[in-house]
Amino acid sequence: MSETGQNPNKSAKTRAEPVLEVRDLVTHFPVRTGVVKAVDGVSFKVYPGQTLCIVGESGSGKSVTARSILQIVDAPGRIVSGQMIFRRADGSTVDLVKLGDRGREIRRIRGNDIAMIFQEPMSSLSPVHTIGDQIIEVLRLHLGLSKTAARARAIELLAEVEIPTPEKAIDRYTFEFSGGMRQRAMIAMSLACDPRLLIADEPTTALDVTTQAEVLDLIKRLQDRHGSAVIFITHDMGVVAEIADDVLVMYRGRVMEQGNVDTIFHHPSDDYTRGLIDSVTRLQRRSDLRAARAPVPADRPPVLEVKNLSMDFEALRAVNDVSFEVRPGETLGIVGESGSGKTTMGRCIVRLLDPTSGEIRYRKPDGEVIDLVTAHGPALKDMRREVRMIFQDPFGSLNPRMTVAQIIGEPLLVNGIARGRELDERVSHLMEQVGLEPAWRERYPHAFSGGQRQRIGVARAVALQPKVIVADEATSALDASLRFQVLDLLLKLQDELGLAYVFISHDIGVIRYLCDRVGVMYRGKLVEVGETEQVVTAPNHAYTKALISAVPWPDPNRRGIHKRHRYVEQV
Amino acid sequence: MTEATTNAGPPRLEVASQSKLIWWAFRKHKLAMAGLIVVAILYVIAAMPGFFAINDPSAQNARTPFHPPEAIHLWSDDGFVGPHFVPSKLKRDPDTLAAIYVPEPEKAVRLVLFGHGYSYRLFGLIETDRHLFASSDPKQPFFPFGTDRLGRCVWSRIMQGAQTSLSIGLVGVALSLIIGVILGGISGYFGGRIDFAIQRVVEFVLALPTIPIWLALAAALPQDWPATLQYMMITIILSLTGWAHLARVVRGRFLSLRTEEFVSAARLDGCSEGRIIFRHMLPSFMSHIIASITLAIPAMILAETSLSFLGLGLQPPTISWGVLLREAQNVRSIATAPWLFAPGGAVVLAVMALNLLGDGLRDAADPYNK
Amino acid sequence: MLRFIFKRVLWMIPALFAVSFLAFVLIQLPPGDFVTNYVATLAASNEIIDQNAADALRERFGLGEPMLLQYGKWIWGILVHGDFGTSFEWQQPVGDLVWERMALTLTLTLSTLVATWAIALPIGIFSAVRKYTIGDYIVTSISFFGLAIPSFLLALVLMYIAVVIFGQDVSGLFSDEYQNAPWTWAKVADLIHHLWIPVIILAVSGTASLIRVMRANLLDELNKPYVTTARAKGLSEFRLLMKYPVRIALNPFISTIAWLLPNLVSGSIVVAVVLNLPTAAPLLLQSLLAQDMYLAGAFVLLICTLTLIGSLVSDILLAIADPRIRLE
Repeated sequence: MSETGQNPNKSAKTRAEPVLEVRDLVTHFPVRTGVVKAVDGVSFKVYPGQTLCIVGESGSGKSVTARSILQIVDAPGRIVSGQMIFRRADGSTVDLVKLGDRGREIRRIRGNDIAMIFQEPMSSLSPVHTIGDQIIEVLRLHLGLSKTAARARAIELLAEVEIPTPEKAIDRYTFEFSGGMRQRAMIAMSLACDPRLLIADEPTTALDVTTQAEVLDLIKRLQDRHGSAVIFITHDMGVVAEIADDVLVMYRGRVMEQGNVDTIFHHPSDDYTRGLIDSVTRLQRRSDLRAARAPVPADRPPVLEVKNLSMDFEALRAVNDVSFEVRPGETLGIVGESGSGKTTMGRCIVRLLDPTSGEIRYRKPDGEVIDLVTAHGPALKDMRREVRMIFQDPFGSLNPRMTVAQIIGEPLLVNGIARGRELDERVSHLMEQVGLEPAWRERYPHAFSGGQRQRIGVARAVALQPKVIVADEATSALDASLRFQVLDLLLKLQDELGLAYVFISHDIGVIRYLCDRVGVMYRGKLVEVGETEQVVTAPNHAYTKALISAVPWPDPNRRGIHKRHRYVEQV
Repeated sequence: MTEATTNAGPPRLEVASQSKLIWWAFRKHKLAMAGLIVVAILYVIAAMPGFFAINDPSAQNARTPFHPPEAIHLWSDDGFVGPHFVPSKLKRDPDTLAAIYVPEPEKAVRLVLFGHGYSYRLFGLIETDRHLFASSDPKQPFFPFGTDRLGRCVWSRIMQGAQTSLSIGLVGVALSLIIGVILGGISGYFGGRIDFAIQRVVEFVLALPTIPIWLALAAALPQDWPATLQYMMITIILSLTGWAHLARVVRGRFLSLRTEEFVSAARLDGCSEGRIIFRHMLPSFMSHIIASITLAIPAMILAETSLSFLGLGLQPPTISWGVLLREAQNVRSIATAPWLFAPGGAVVLAVMALNLLGDGLRDAADPYNK
Repeated sequence: MLRFIFKRVLWMIPALFAVSFLAFVLIQLPPGDFVTNYVATLAASNEIIDQNAADALRERFGLGEPMLLQYGKWIWGILVHGDFGTSFEWQQPVGDLVWERMALTLTLTLSTLVATWAIALPIGIFSAVRKYTIGDYIVTSISFFGLAIPSFLLALVLMYIAVVIFGQDVSGLFSDEYQNAPWTWAKVADLIHHLWIPVIILAVSGTASLIRVMRANLLDELNKPYVTTARAKGLSEFRLLMKYPVRIALNPFISTIAWLLPNLVSGSIVVAVVLNLPTAAPLLLQSLLAQDMYLAGAFVLLICTLTLIGSLVSDILLAIADPRIRLE
């Protein structure tokens, strides 16, 4: 652990007194089996006009650290010891730890001197109060404005965060806004009293990359204008590289390393940090496994050919005239933002949904071609043995009431492939194949971590020795370090079983690592298909350009999302 | 969460099935556990009321009208003599002619555990005269809860009534469940227009007040029907409105399960519709259904009690808690014999225990969403 | 919003027809008809009525006609003339018999509804905010007991206590001197004086379940992220509790009217019989036992209509309170 001041720091000389200095903060959660040390001796300083990123994987204690500052840790958590010296605009200081969590003094600081924005703008705002109501409340509480003055100020604030027609938006409810607009409203609320310190707890995690880029831009501009200090909590190293001045790396409640953003990225001294940086920089290129492979011959007949596929939900055309093909042994990535129809498209291929029109031509190993759109009865059942799916949610996709052996063995059992002793042996073999101990076969899914659960899902998918696997955001729910293990597993199985993948993801990095070719979806349409490297480095379509340029690079020397392309759909 | 931490837990948690997890969660509810024990005891009584009765519940006794409750004593003036009671003799007040019971301590009668009493059929099959408690002197009956106007033993009648009242709850709920599961299942599984139609009917039924409708239906039953037929009709009447709530619960579970990824996964595994429903979906909502059933039984018990109390439910000589409470209908008789409230105590105890049990089950029903 | 209300009111029409048909069918169910009963009653007191006289009675009340035609005549009379038919037993138009009793039923039910809400809301909030404290356990135990005790039993126990300990009679809704007096303010005051006992008795079970509902709703809301947001704004605990989680937990609470009202009406029937209240209940019971079909039908129809209107009101209130429903 190294102190911020001892690091070579380009702005160190010009730095004023810190806005907040946290010393040896300890926050505990008493549970039945003992005490969880969520924050275990964390120290840092935040300076005016600067951004401190606290980065870590889930369970690292970064969010609890942020909440400790405002004394709003969820029950039963409590601050055990430490100091949090906050410096007001007039130079006076106060130790936030001493204020307790209920008194008038801490309440005067919350929302006024220190404001906070949260991850889920939908659930973090009240659904039954208007946006205006929730902003005006802060203005009246801390600044004592009259109703009309507060309303006028709230409209100004909404205009400042670039919400269109703020005088109308003020009387709207949260569910009438899009995700990005909700987060803007949340930011407007936090800026109401011009806080000295803004704490942002994963504010862009729930947003698409293009929306994320806009929100990050907005926070940066507002910070420059108001001179606030920002503590930005995130798990995304790309975002860190894009916005941080200083970085604090947390793991299991402890600070692994802290320092200037350049130092952290280019000269990390801690092994954990190095692993973290490595896990994101590896996504900047294709995987070694894939690089070592011979390219899939272009003349090999496609195993899957999708032609003019469309899917309507009442008035909405979720998938619009999509065509592509996948060859055996190849991975086709499908990338797109939420609402682009990529998941619907994937579900059409495995016939969890019935497409409205189009063809999905599947070539069986014996050369016979069948149309999956019209398949039914025994043909559909046969097809489902050869075209399988891996789901996004490793928790929801495994029946919690069945043992791992039962889950993996289910497709073998219902298809009459194996039973009894033979079934046991095959399940054990499959578990070994995906890197799980066969001895764990009698365990239930709740005994496994996210990464292990996803391996169970993979084992179930390959149990029937399929030819095509549709993987829908298969690694999105996993932390960065685990993501690789699952991606590498998929590549290994591809080699062993000659699989073709349709890999659906919103994450360009993952696509780049894994996929031979990639298709870009936007509002139901496939706007571009091509070799991954070519699409990622030299995209053709304007939307692809906007999408790629909005992705923050995990390198502080390549900050560029403010120079990104913006895409406006031509009607 | 990292790979290392989750494997550190006790291995028994990792191989714990759903029922085990529910049981562990349920066990933590002290009140619910108490409810479970009381419910278990009550249903044992309902299964063999004759064994727990002391006197023949239908036998009238002209020498003992409105006999007050008698206590069990362990000590007499001579020291410990084991469980016994002090019988009393009926006298008339010379002026008012009111009944007075004068205790006769010198005639103390011993109580025998597993003693002989009136004969009855255990489970309706085995002829026996063994009882949990019996008076050692057949001429001196023991009345722990006193007697009613016709000198019948209130305790024994409550035991006998438990069989009717508790089983009517079970049978009524079973009937409701059949209607509710079929309609709710159809509604939730198929969706669309069928769902819309069934939902409108459910809403309509839920918006109706039950008692007037039950009353009107029950009033249509001929009073002279045999007891079993009456019993069946009353349960059918109760379930005619009781199904709607269960149908709604079943539909809700179906709808939320239908969108679960593991159900989609089962479909892709090649499972038939039947296997999806019975192997993959049913275990997930059985616990919820059981909790809802447990909470529906007390409502049925209260309904039967109310109907019988009003004289439109079960008719004497059938014995149920509601029929017994009719004895307590006017102020005069309860002012002279407040022990006639005792069946009400049984109702409260049963309903409370079932509610506590159901509440605990509902809280423990889904051990995975915490 | 107007569209929502319009649609909801439109839905009342088939529901009301269904209810009226149901009421009619229920009344038609018993084997035999009023005249059979009437003849039997007369026979019991040694009066013999001959077949012709019985047929004449049937003719007069239209009992020989097909059921659908009888229903049509009945509902037409109600809709067009407000004529609910004639009570066989009382030999009076049903309308004259039901209205005052229905008005008292409505008064009793609405008073109970208000009392139930007024008691359950604060206690429910208290119980949720002070979860797993002694206070919460006491409230929980009492509400489980309240749920378990049938209201008529509670009425009996209170009557027993009043008679044996205080030597008072608590039945009825009026003192003797106002029993048949015309309506004056003094009579209203007398009504209020008597009303609170049945109101309390009826409110017990509803209150108990509403406390459970409010507690569960609020416990769900207390952990929502918007509560943390409000706290991070610097609101005091009480103010943020009232403005956000309590306000949002109120929405499902409003919809409880829909099932609370039918329950209250049901409960009030049994209690009214025990306490001998001059509401619809005792007369309904009597008319059912006597198969006085038009009278019983009118009561069942009016009582069910009352609860249907209750669920309509609760849906509209919910739409007003919850923008998510209003702006759907």
